[in-house]
Amino acid sequence: MWVYEKKLQYPVRVSKCDPRMARYLAEQYGGADGELAAALRYLNQRYTIPSKVIGLLTDIGTEEFAHLEMIATMIYKLTKDATPEQLEKAGLGPHYVSHDSALFYNNASGVPFTAAYIQAKGDPLADLYEDIAAEEKARATYQWLIDMTDDVDLQDSLKFLREREIVHALRFKEAVEIIKEDRDQKKVY
Amino acid sequence: MNSNSQIRRWYPFVGPHDPCEPMIVRTYVVPPNQYIPFQPMNLPQFSLEEALRLGTLWPALYSPYQSKCGGGSY
Amino acid sequence: MSEQPIVCDKAYYAKLLELQQLDFGLLELNLYLDTHPHDHHALQQFNYLAQQRMQCAQQFEMKYGPLMNYGHSFSGYPFQWPDTPWPWQV
Repeated sequence: MWVYEKKLQYPVRVSKCDPRMARYLAEQYGGADGELAAALRYLNQRYTIPSKVIGLLTDIGTEEFAHLEMIATMIYKLTKDATPEQLEKAGLGPHYVSHDSALFYNNASGVPFTAAYIQAKGDPLADLYEDIAAEEKARATYQWLIDMTDDVDLQDSLKFLREREIVHALRFKEAVEIIKEDRDQKKVY
Repeated sequence: MNSNSQIRRWYPFVGPHDPCEPMIVRTYVVPPNQYIPFQPMNLPQFSLEEALRLGTLWPALYSPYQSKCGGGSY
Repeated sequence: MSEQPIVCDKAYYAKLLELQQLDFGLLELNLYLDTHPHDHHALQQFNYLAQQRMQCAQQFEMKYGPLMNYGHSFSGYPFQWPDTPWPWQV
C-alpha cells in the first residue's frame, strides 16, 4: 500500500524558459538510470532480498518516486507554455507530434522506457551491486545535466537529487556489509 | 570556485593529429561515500534547513558540484 | 472545476518549507536507521522529529487543506482533497 502526500520532497523552481532542458531531463525520467528505473528496480528486488535489507529497499524505492515527481515537475514547468515552434527548436518536434506537451517515459533521445533497463538476479550481492552502480550512474547523469544549464534554480534542485544518489549508494554499500556479516541471523532448526 | 578536494585530475594523451583543440586536463569527482564503508554513529549533523538545502543530514556525506555552465555557488 | 481556495503566499511557502525540512530529516534518519537499527541516539532524534512533524503537518493542513489521501488527513466541507494546487503546480 502506498499513500500519496500532496507535496514535493524538495522545492522545484525553474527560472528560465528552456524546453531544451526538458528534453535532456527526460534521461532521468524514463532513462536507463533514471528515477523510474530506480524505483521499479528496488521495489521489485525487495521480494527476494534477505529480510535485513527489505526495509532499506522499500524506503529508497519509495524516495525514488518522490524524485520522479520532482523531475516531472521540472519537465512540466519547462514545457507547460511552450509553443509547437519552441518545442521544435528545442528538438522536441518528434515528441510533440506523438504526445503534444504530455510527459512520457522515454530517455533524452526519445527511446521509450523498457524493463530491460533493470535487473533482478535474486542473488543479494548481484542485486545490491547493481543498485550501487545505478546510483553512481545517476549521480554522473545529474552532473552532466547540471553542466547543461545556467539556471541557478534548476541547478539547485538537480544538486539536491545528485546528493541523494551519493547517500543511497552509501546505504546500499552498508547493506552489502550487513549481507556479508550475516549479523544476528536467526537460527531456525 | 574554491579548491574542491573531491575533484581528481588526469591528463589525457594529446595525439599529434587530434582535430579538436586538446583538453589538457580532465576531471572527475570522487564523492565521500567512497571512503565510508559503513557510516559511524554520532557523526556531526547539519541543521534541518541546511540538510534539506544540501541533500544530506551529515556534512561527512556532502559532495559539492559546480556547473560547467556557470551559475550557482556550491 | 474547483476554484483556487489556496493563496500561494509567502506564509504558504514558508510553512511548506518547514514541513519539507522536518520530513527530510526524518527520511535521512529513516534510511540511516535501516542500516543502524541499534543507534539509540538516532532513534531518539527520529521519534522527536516525528512528534514535531505531526504538529507542523497539522498546522499546515488547518490552513491549506489535507496533505494525504485515504483518510490519513481530515478534510473540511466540501471535500478538499481534489483542490488545486497540486505539488507540481506551485
